[in-house]
Amino acid sequence: MNAHLQPTGSAYFIAQETEKAEKHTLSVLVDNEPGVLARVIGLFSGRGYNIESLTVSETEHEAHLSRITIVTRGTGHVLEQIKAQLERIVPVHHVVDLTVRANALGHERPIEREVALLKVKGQGETRAETLRLADAFHAKVVDATVDHFIFEITGKSSKIDQFVAIVKPLGLIEVCRTGIAAMNRGSQGM
Amino acid sequence: MSDTDNRMTGAEIVLRALKDNGVEVIFGYPGGAVLPIYDEIFQQDDIKHILVRHEQGAGHMAEGYARSTGKCGVMLVTSGPGATNAVTPLQDALMDSIPLVCISGQVPTSLIGSDAFQECDTVGITRPCTKHNWLVKDVNELAGIIHEAFRIAQSGRPGPVVVDIPKDVQFATGTYRAPQEARVQTSYQPKTSGDVARIEQAVALMRTARRPVIYSGGGVVNSGPEASKLLRELVELTGFPITSTLMGLGAYPASGANWLGMLGMHGTYEANMAMHDCDVMVCIGARFDDRITGRLNAFSPNSKKIHIDIDPSSINKTVRVDIPILGDVGRVLEDMVRLWRASAGPAKPQGGEQLSDWWASIARWRARNSLAYRPSSDVIMPQYAIQRLYELSKGRDTYITTEVGQHQMWAAQFYGFEQPNRWMTSGGLGTMGYGFPAAIGVQVAHPESLVIDIAGDASIQMCIQEMSCAVQYGLPVKIFILNNQYMGMVRQWQQLLHGNRLSNSYTEAMPDFVKLAEAYGGVGIRCEDPAELDDAIRMMIDTPAPVIFDCRVANLANCFPMIPSGKAHNEMLLPDEATDEAVATAIDAKGRQLV
Repeated sequence: MNAHLQPTGSAYFIAQETEKAEKHTLSVLVDNEPGVLARVIGLFSGRGYNIESLTVSETEHEAHLSRITIVTRGTGHVLEQIKAQLERIVPVHHVVDLTVRANALGHERPIEREVALLKVKGQGETRAETLRLADAFHAKVVDATVDHFIFEITGKSSKIDQFVAIVKPLGLIEVCRTGIAAMNRGSQGM
Repeated sequence: MSDTDNRMTGAEIVLRALKDNGVEVIFGYPGGAVLPIYDEIFQQDDIKHILVRHEQGAGHMAEGYARSTGKCGVMLVTSGPGATNAVTPLQDALMDSIPLVCISGQVPTSLIGSDAFQECDTVGITRPCTKHNWLVKDVNELAGIIHEAFRIAQSGRPGPVVVDIPKDVQFATGTYRAPQEARVQTSYQPKTSGDVARIEQAVALMRTARRPVIYSGGGVVNSGPEASKLLRELVELTGFPITSTLMGLGAYPASGANWLGMLGMHGTYEANMAMHDCDVMVCIGARFDDRITGRLNAFSPNSKKIHIDIDPSSINKTVRVDIPILGDVGRVLEDMVRLWRASAGPAKPQGGEQLSDWWASIARWRARNSLAYRPSSDVIMPQYAIQRLYELSKGRDTYITTEVGQHQMWAAQFYGFEQPNRWMTSGGLGTMGYGFPAAIGVQVAHPESLVIDIAGDASIQMCIQEMSCAVQYGLPVKIFILNNQYMGMVRQWQQLLHGNRLSNSYTEAMPDFVKLAEAYGGVGIRCEDPAELDDAIRMMIDTPAPVIFDCRVANLANCFPMIPSGKAHNEMLLPDEATDEAVATAIDAKGRQLV
C-alpha cells in the first residue's frame, strides 16, 4: 500500500534495447538423440528468444544427424548470442546463420520453402473458382469429394499466406503448415 | 580382462566407472530407486560414501570438494524428491562453472511416465540446470555414458551433469567398458588454445596502455593452479593493477603490490574507479556479470577491452569487447606471458614511467579508504569480526566458505586470500545454505586443514541439518555466524529501496546456536564482547570438533561501499558519506523505476 509513495527500485540494471530486431533463419545440425529438440526449444524459452518457425527432421540416417531450421527474430547482438548459446549444447555440431551467409553471398535471404495442406469446402459453383485459384498458385489437389478439396502447396511463406487469405472466404476448413526448410544458394554446404 | 570379467550388473558398473574416473568420495542419500547402487557401495572399500541429511547438502558438499581440489565432485541421489532436491546445487554449479557429476536413481523403465511412486522427469527438470544429462535405458551404454559425463563435466567450461539410471538398469547385467574405450560425442570438442594472432594483438594493445587494469575471475581458478601462477607472472611483468570478481579471489594474492581489491557492487573504490577510468581492460576468465558492471551504458566508457574466455557465449554477451580470445585461460596466459617477454624489456616495478600517473590516481582512490567502518568497543562490528578471524587464522592451512548475504561480502572484503581454491562461495546463483555443506566437502578433501564457513544467522539455518553429517564423520568444520538477527542484505535493500519498511527480514525466534550445536553433538561458542572476541576465536580454532560460533554483531550495520542500482562505477556510495539520509536517497527516481 506504500508502493505509490516510494517507487520500488531494483537489484538489477536494465539497459534499453535501441537496436532494431531482424528476422534470421538458422540451421542447426544436431545428433539425433532423445531430448535434443527439448534442449534447443528450452534454450529459446529459457533465455527469452523468439521462435517464429521451427522444423526438424533426420537428414543423415547413418550418422544419426538431424537438421533443425529455426526462424527467429532479434537484434544483431541477440542473434549472435543465440548462435553461441546453441553451440554450447553438447549434441549440437554446427550452427549457421543462413541469413548472414546469404547476405555475404549477395542475397537478401536464403532459399526458404514451406509446405502447407489446406482443406477447403467446395460445393456447387464455387468449385470451379477454387480450382482456378489453386491452379494459379500451383497448388495440387491431393484429396477431394463433392464437398471438399485438400490442396498441397509449396513455396515461400508469403505465398502460402496469400493463398490462405484468398481461399478463406471460399470456405477454409483447416490449414497445416510445416514451417520453413531453408538452405543457401551456391555450391557450398552449411 | 576377459569378456566374463567385463560382465557385471549396472550397479557394479556405476562403482567401477566411478573408480576408473579417479573418484574417491561421493556424497549421497539412499532411497528406493538407488538401493542396488547402495548395495554395491556396502560391498567395496575403494570409494568412500558420505551420508548427508538432505540432497541439497550433498550437492554443495560435492561443489566444495570440487572447488578446493580441482577434481570433479560426485553426488548420488534417489529418484523423485532426491532428484528435485539436487536442483539447487546443480544450478549453483552451472552458474559458477563447478564440475559436478550427479547420479540419480529412476523408477524402472517400464514404469517411466506412469506417475509411479517417487517418479519425476529428472532429465526434463535438470535439463536447463546442467551442462548435459542422460537417461540410461540400456545397461550396455551405462559405462560409456558415465565416462562421457566426467569428460563433459570437467572439460571446456566446467559444469554439472546428471546421469539418471532406472532401477531395472541397475539390476541388469551388461558389459563394462573402460574410459579409454568409451564413445566420445564428437559434437562436443571444446577449444582450449587461443588464436595466437589475437593474443599478439592483445599484447600490442597492452603495451600501449597508459591506464590499464586486469579484471580476473573464477575462470582463472577453474583453469588450475598453473593459470594462477601465470596470472601473477603477467601482473609482475606488466606492472598492471589487478582486481578480481568474487569468484576469482585468491588467484592473485591479496597481499600483492598490484592488488586493488574486489570490484563490483560491494567492491573497493579503487577497483571500481580503475575499471571506470581505464584505457585498456584485460578481462581474464570473468563474464561481465551484472554485479560487476553496474549501469551497462556507463561501464568503462573509454577503454579497449580484451576478453579471454573458454565459453564463446560469454564473449559479447553483455559488454562488447574489442579483442575476444577464445580458449582456456591457462593456455592463453602462457602465450601472453611468452609474447610479452619477447616484445618488452625487463619488467619495471609497477610498469615504470608509462604507468606512473595511473598508479598515482590509484593511490588517491585508495586513500579514500572505502572499506572503513566505525569501530566500537561496546558491540562487535561485523567487519571487525572478519578482520580478527583473518588475523587469527592466516598462516594456517585455511579454507573459507560462505553463505550468501552481507557476511559474504564482508568476508570477500576483509579476508585476505593468498592462494586459489581456498575460497568457496556461491557467486552466480547466490544460494543461501551453500556455505556449510560446501565446508564439509572441503573438510572431507582436506581433513587436516582449518575449514571455516563464514555464515549469517539466516543462511545457516537453510542447511543446518548437515551438523549431523559433520558430527558423524568427525569433520571439525567451523561455522562462524555473524549474527545480527536480520537477513542483513535484505534489510539493507529494504532500507535503501523500500523506505526502511523491514518486511519479514527480522528473525523473531532465533534458535540458541550454542544449544543447537550441543544438541547435534558439536561445540557451541557465543561471543558478544569485542574484548573477548580473540580468545573466543582461538578457542574455536583449537577445538577439534564441529563448532557453531555465534558471533553477536551490530544489528544494523550496512555493507559499504556500494554501487546503488542505476549507477555507474564512479558513483559509488562510500561508507563515510553513507548517512541515513544519503542511504535513503542513494537511488534516484530513475534508478527506482528499473523493474
